[in-house]
Amino acid sequence: MTNRAEMTRRDILKSGAAASTLTLAPGVTLMAFGGTAEASSRADAGKRWGLLIDASKCAADCNDCVTACKVENGWGSQTELEQIDPEQAPEWIRKVTLRDTSTGREVSAPVMCQHCEAPPCVDVCPTGASMKREDGIVLVDKHICIGCRYCMMACPFKARSFVHAEITDQNVQAPRGKGTVESCNLCAPRIDSGRIPACVEACEKAGHSAILFGDLKDPDSAISKALNDYDSVALRADLELDPGVRYTNL
Amino acid sequence: MAMEQTIYRELKATPGVWQIAALLLAFLAAAGGAWFYMEHHGHAVTGMTNQIVWGLPHVFAIFLIVAASGALNVASIGSVFGEKAYKPMGRFSSLLAITLLVGGLAIVVLDLGRADRLIVAMTTYNFSSVFAWNVLLYNGFVAVVAVYLVTQMMRALDYKWVRFAGFVAFLWRLALTTGTGSIFGWLVARPGYDAAIMAPMFIIMSFSFGLAIFILVTLTLLKLNDRIFGEELLKRLGRLLGVFASAVLYFALVFHLTNLYATEHGGYERFILMDGGIYTMLFWGVQVMLGGLIPIALVFLNPSRSSTILASILVVIGGFAQVYVIVIGGQAYPLEIFPGYEVIEGFHEGVVSPYTPSIWELMLGLGGVALALFAAGVGAKVLRVLPTNLSDGNLAAKG
Repeated sequence: MTNRAEMTRRDILKSGAAASTLTLAPGVTLMAFGGTAEASSRADAGKRWGLLIDASKCAADCNDCVTACKVENGWGSQTELEQIDPEQAPEWIRKVTLRDTSTGREVSAPVMCQHCEAPPCVDVCPTGASMKREDGIVLVDKHICIGCRYCMMACPFKARSFVHAEITDQNVQAPRGKGTVESCNLCAPRIDSGRIPACVEACEKAGHSAILFGDLKDPDSAISKALNDYDSVALRADLELDPGVRYTNL
Repeated sequence: MAMEQTIYRELKATPGVWQIAALLLAFLAAAGGAWFYMEHHGHAVTGMTNQIVWGLPHVFAIFLIVAASGALNVASIGSVFGEKAYKPMGRFSSLLAITLLVGGLAIVVLDLGRADRLIVAMTTYNFSSVFAWNVLLYNGFVAVVAVYLVTQMMRALDYKWVRFAGFVAFLWRLALTTGTGSIFGWLVARPGYDAAIMAPMFIIMSFSFGLAIFILVTLTLLKLNDRIFGEELLKRLGRLLGVFASAVLYFALVFHLTNLYATEHGGYERFILMDGGIYTMLFWGVQVMLGGLIPIALVFLNPSRSSTILASILVVIGGFAQVYVIVIGGQAYPLEIFPGYEVIEGFHEGVVSPYTPSIWELMLGLGGVALALFAAGVGAKVLRVLPTNLSDGNLAAKG
C-alpha cells in the first residue's frame, strides 16, 4: 500500500495525468508529448530553444522543411488533404515568398509558431491548454483544449490550425485530435530525446542549412553567436512578443 | 395621485401561446440536429476555416449575450434610477436578461470543438484569459440577476433591498459587457479588433439591442394574452431606443475615425468602409442606414406604436449586422505579418479570407435565439413576472 505521505509531488502529478487520460479518452492510450507533467518536467528552465532562419539560404523552390514536419507530426497527408477544404487544412509550417515593395528583392522563408516569450495564445486560452514550457516551447495540451479557437484569434502569425475532421492513419508518436487546436511544438519530443527539430534536419540534408536551432540562453551556442554577429528581425516586432524564432537577411 | 396597483399573473396557455411554443421547439430540435451533425463530422461541414475561426454561431452568440445585459436595463431604470413607469416591467426584464444570456452561451458551448469537455472549462481556469473571466462573469450574472428577480417578487421585502440588488446587477452587467467587448478589444494581433473603445461600444450596443428585444418580446407575450401595452409607454420606450441607437452610431463613428487617423489601420478602414463587398454593404446599408438612421428618424419624427415596433425590429437587424461586421469582417481582413513586403507565394497571405456560413451554423444560431425565447416564455408561464396591465396609468401618475 502506498503511504500517501511519502508520495512525491511528481507522483501525484503523474497519477493526475494518468487519470485525466483515462477519463477523457477511454480505451485509447494517448501520449501527449510535452503536455504531460512527466514531459514538462523534462523541459529545462535553464534553456530557451529557438530558431534562426537565414532567408538568403532558403531556396524558393524547396519545401523539404514542410514535408519533414508533415511526416514527423503526421499532418497534411495526401489522404487528409483530399478529404478537406484547403482553407480548413492544417498548416503547422508554411513557406512564404516575399517581395520587398521598395527594392523588389525576393526572399523565401518558412513560417511556423514563433514560440513567443510573451505568447498571446497562452494569455487568452481559458483552460491553460495553450501553454509555454519552461524551455520556451509554446504548444497545446490536447487533453484540456476545448476547441474554442480563441488562441487562433490571438495569434499574429496564423501559426495555428484547428482539426476540422476525424483523422485516420494517425502517426503514433504525434497524436492529433478532432476538435482541438494544434501547431508547431518545435518537435518537443525530439528535443526531449536530444535530437533537433525535423525541419532543421531536413534543411541541413537539403544542403541549405537555412535554419539554425539552439539554446538562446546559452551565450556560447551557435544560434546566440549568430544573433550577436548578424542583424536579425522578429516578425511583428512592434508587438514586443519576443519570439524565439528570428529571421536574418529577410 | 392614484397609481394603478400592478398585478402580475402567469401567462395563460392560449392556442397562440401553444403555436409559438411549438414553433420554437421545432427550431430547438433543428438546432439539436445541426449540433449533432457538426459534432459528428467536425467543423469541416461548417463554413468556418483556419482563417475565419469564429463564424455565424459566434455572431448569434455575441448578439444574444450583448442583448442580455441590455434587456436588464428596463429593470435597472425602474429600481436603480427610480423611474416608476418602468417598475412593472422590471421582473420580466430580469427574466429575459437571464434567458438571452443562456441562449447565447448555449451556442458558444455547442460550437466548441470539444463541447464534451465543458467541465474542463468550468474547472480549469487560466486567469490571464478574458474568456476565463467571462465564464465567471456570465455565471455570476445569472446568479446576481436571479437574486434581483427574487427580491422584486417578494412583496413583503423592504424596497431598499430591491434597489440594492438592482444596483449590484447593474454594475455586474456593465462588467459583463466590458468583458465581452474586451474579447475583441484586447486582441492586438488583428487590426480590426485591437481598440480600447470596443468595451464601451459593446456596452452601448447592449443598451440598444437589449431594449429592442425587450420591447418586441414583451409586446408579443402581452398580446398573446390580450393584455394592454400602453401607447404612451411604448412611445416613451421608443424614444429611449432612439437615444440608444444614436449613441451606438456615435460610438461606431468614433471607432472608425480613430482608426482612420492611425495610418496603420487605414487598410482595414478602407476594407470596411469602401471595398469590403458584403462587409461594406452590411456596414452602410444595414448597420448605419437600416439599423441606425431609419429607426432614429421613426421614433423621433413620427412617434407612434407602430414606429416603436418597426424601429425595434430594425435595431435588431442592424445590431446583428454590426456584430457580423465586427466579428467576421475583423477576421476576413488579412493579418499584416510582413510589413513592407508583398507576398508572392504563401498560404492565404495578405488576401481577404472568404466565408460562407453553412446551414448548420445558421440552425445552431437560430436555436440559441429559440432557446432564449422559449425559456423566457416558460418563465412567464410559471412565474408571476408579466403585469396583467401595462396601460399608461403609471405614466399619468408620474405626471
